[in-house]
Formats: sequence, structure tokens, C-alpha cells
Amino acid sequence: MSDLPLSFSKVSYAVGATPILRDVDLVVRAGAPTFIIGPNGSGKSTLLRFAMGLIAPTSGMIDWNGSRDPAPRRRAIVFQHPVLLRRSVAANLTYALDQAGVEKSKQDGRCAQLLELVGLLDLADRPARRLSGGERQKLAFARALARTPELLILDEPTASLDPSATLALEQLITTAAREGIKILMASHDLGQVRRLAGDIVFLHRGRILEVASAKDFFEQPRSAQASAFLRGDLITED
Amino acid sequence: MMEGSGALQLVLSGDPALYAVVRLSLVVSLSAVAVAALIGMPLGGLIALTRFPGRAGVIVLLNAFMGLPPVVVGLAVFLLLSRSGPLGAWGLLFTPTAMVMAQAVLITPIIAALTRQSVEDLWSEYRDELNAMGVGPFQRLLTLLYDARIALVTVLLAGFGRAAAEVGAVMIVGGNINGFTRVMTTAIALETSKGDLPLAMGLGLILIIIVFAMNASAWGLRLYAERRIG
Repeated sequence: MSDLPLSFSKVSYAVGATPILRDVDLVVRAGAPTFIIGPNGSGKSTLLRFAMGLIAPTSGMIDWNGSRDPAPRRRAIVFQHPVLLRRSVAANLTYALDQAGVEKSKQDGRCAQLLELVGLLDLADRPARRLSGGERQKLAFARALARTPELLILDEPTASLDPSATLALEQLITTAAREGIKILMASHDLGQVRRLAGDIVFLHRGRILEVASAKDFFEQPRSAQASAFLRGDLITED
Repeated sequence: MMEGSGALQLVLSGDPALYAVVRLSLVVSLSAVAVAALIGMPLGGLIALTRFPGRAGVIVLLNAFMGLPPVVVGLAVFLLLSRSGPLGAWGLLFTPTAMVMAQAVLITPIIAALTRQSVEDLWSEYRDELNAMGVGPFQRLLTLLYDARIALVTVLLAGFGRAAAEVGAVMIVGGNINGFTRVMTTAIALETSKGDLPLAMGLGLILIIIVFAMNASAWGLRLYAERRIG
């Protein structure tokens, strides 16, 4: 019952006549965090939604360890703007634990453990929708961990956070990665990518232009677009 | 002017016959809201979350039924319950139960249609997160109804307002029998036509106060809940 490796073969996706992803081939295996990077509109979020199984491709195929059933088994996602249930912080977590099939008798203990981990134990009874941006993101992270994922997908989770909240979340991500959870994350913060990434997938206009280790990618990007992206240029050519 | 002070006196005197009428009004309309909620909320939620052929037609029909004329509903329930009707054997015509049935028929479409809208709006917000947690269809319905609870209080209130204010349906199936099926609206209609304006005005005043108090407390509840739940 593993979700890894996750394989994309010839995956394309279009909304009407607008192509979002084109012929994506990618295999995500256990190991160091994989980062999806690229300019806005390059298809990062769409690729992650495919990885989670939330949408189906127009053509091509996605499988999780050979299974093409999109129902999530050992994977979870944290969105850039997570939607929290209109309940308390603790109730949001027990809901996720319940959905993940954790026995009722073990839910309270596990809930406290996860809240402790992300530093929200004091806010357990607070209404979740009243949390600050950083706290929301931590709760969403704890909720994702409630599924005891093998594959944790993160869609620019720190994009609207201040530096201290970003640091807190990055520490949680590092800890999770060290514990063997595969991180698949989109970011356009190059500093963050340098801090966290093991591998890079560079996406441009819906196509994968490069897959490389972070070290290779930053030292010698192979495509002109990636070089331009790393320099911070606005890339407009195809 | 004379009539106005007479009305006020009646209200303040606590006349038992008057309060029996008020009590029956509340019992009938609140029961109708309860029945309509039990049917309309799951139904609205179900329509919001499922896709089937003819769904658009069902939604249009439901929305149109929000404006059902009470007398027509009364007539339909009357035919159903009359001695020779399909449910005539139950002997319910001209009882408070018949009045509850008629008002429930009247407001179930209101509750179902407004619930469908609330649940559908919430679903578009929750869809990705719930799918990512692998939430099944039944649990999804319960989750959305529960999380839409603040909006659903307003939905119930809309149903109650409609039920408490209508006169046509309860008049036809209840018969406005003194001490048995007489409610505020039918009493107002009768007393006005009899020319007992102080009583009619007194009842009208109480009806308005009740509807106002219900709305005020629901509004307060909403503010409190929004602060608590976000």
C-alpha cells in the first residue's frame, strides 16, 4: 500500500484550447525533497494537483506505485491557501485523523502529539478560521501529517507568510523529510529551493525543461530558460 | 386610536384564549419547520453534491416552488386528506397535524433550495481539501451541512417566517376552529371580517413581535457563531 514511486507518462492537460501541461514524463521516488520550480503560470500547481490525484489528465497516465486509482492512500497535500473546516483547531485534526482511519480511542493522543509538533497545542480550542496565516499553514501541515503520508505534496506553502512563519514551516518540512517522508514541493523562492531541495524539476510553459540535482541545477543549468530564471530575468521566449 | 389601546390592553392582559391561539401558532409553525428541515436539508445537500440528468430542471423547479401560493398548497393537502382522498382514512383534516403537514409542504422547497445553494457554495471551497483527505460521499454531505450551520440557521428562519405568516393553507386544512385549530393568522382574518379590530390588531402585534424576536435572536446567534467559528 505504497504511493511511491509516482509516475507521470506523457501527461497533458488543457483547459479549453489552452494547454497547461504538455507531455510531462516524470518519476518521483523516495529520497531527498523534489522541488518543482518555474515562473508563474508554468503549470506547477497543476502538476501537484495531478500528483495528489485531484484532477485527471486530458491525455497520458499517472500511477502511484502501479495503481491508477486516484483515491489518496499514503499521500497528503498542503495548499498555498489551505481551507480549514469551520471548527476548532483540534476538531480539524481529529477530522483528518478520522478520515485517515485512525481509531477513535487513539485520535486525542495523536491530535495532541501533532499539535505539539507544529506548536499549536495552546490554540487547540481556538476556531481554526480565526488563526493567523502562519498558524493556518502549520495546522494544514499537521492535518497532512495526520495521514502518516509517504508522499507529502506542498504547493508554495510559504508564499504568503512572513519570514519567521516561513522559517518555522521550513523546519517542519526538513524534519518530515529527515523522517523519510518524500517531499514534493512547488516554490518560486529560489533561496528556499537552495535551502531545502534535493532535486529540481524545472517547468516552463507546461513543459519539463530540466530534471537535475539541486547542486547541478544551480551550478550549471542546461537550458537557456533555466539560466534566465536563475538570474532573475523575466523569461518570455518559448 | 381607541382600537389601538384596546389591542394593547388585550396583549398585556394575558387573556388565556388569546395565548392559546398564539401557542398553537408557534407549535404548528415550529413543527412544520422541523419536518421541513428533516426533509429539505438532506435533500438540498444531496442535490448540491450529485450530478444527474435533469439536475438543472430540478433546481429550477425547487427555486420556483419557493413561491408556492399557500392556498394552492392548502387545497392540495385538503384533497389529499379529505374523506374521499388517498389519505382520508387517517382522519386528519381540520386538525393541527394537517396544518403542520400543509405548512411543511409549503416550506420544504424553501429550505431545500436555500440549503442547496449554501452547500454548493461551501463545496466549491472545500472540494480539494475533502478529496485530498479521501472523504466519502455520505461523510461529505454531513461535513458540509455541519460546516454550513450558520447559514442554515438563516435558512430555517426564512422557513419559519413563511410558515408563521401564511394564512391560506392553515385556513383550508385547519378550518379555523375556535380552541382547536385557530392560529394567529386565521384569527386575524376572522376578527377583521367580524369587525373586532382590537383583537385583530392585538394578534397582529404579537405576530410581528414574535417574528421580530426570532430574527433578532437568530441574528445574535449568527454574530456570536461567526466570532466563535470564523
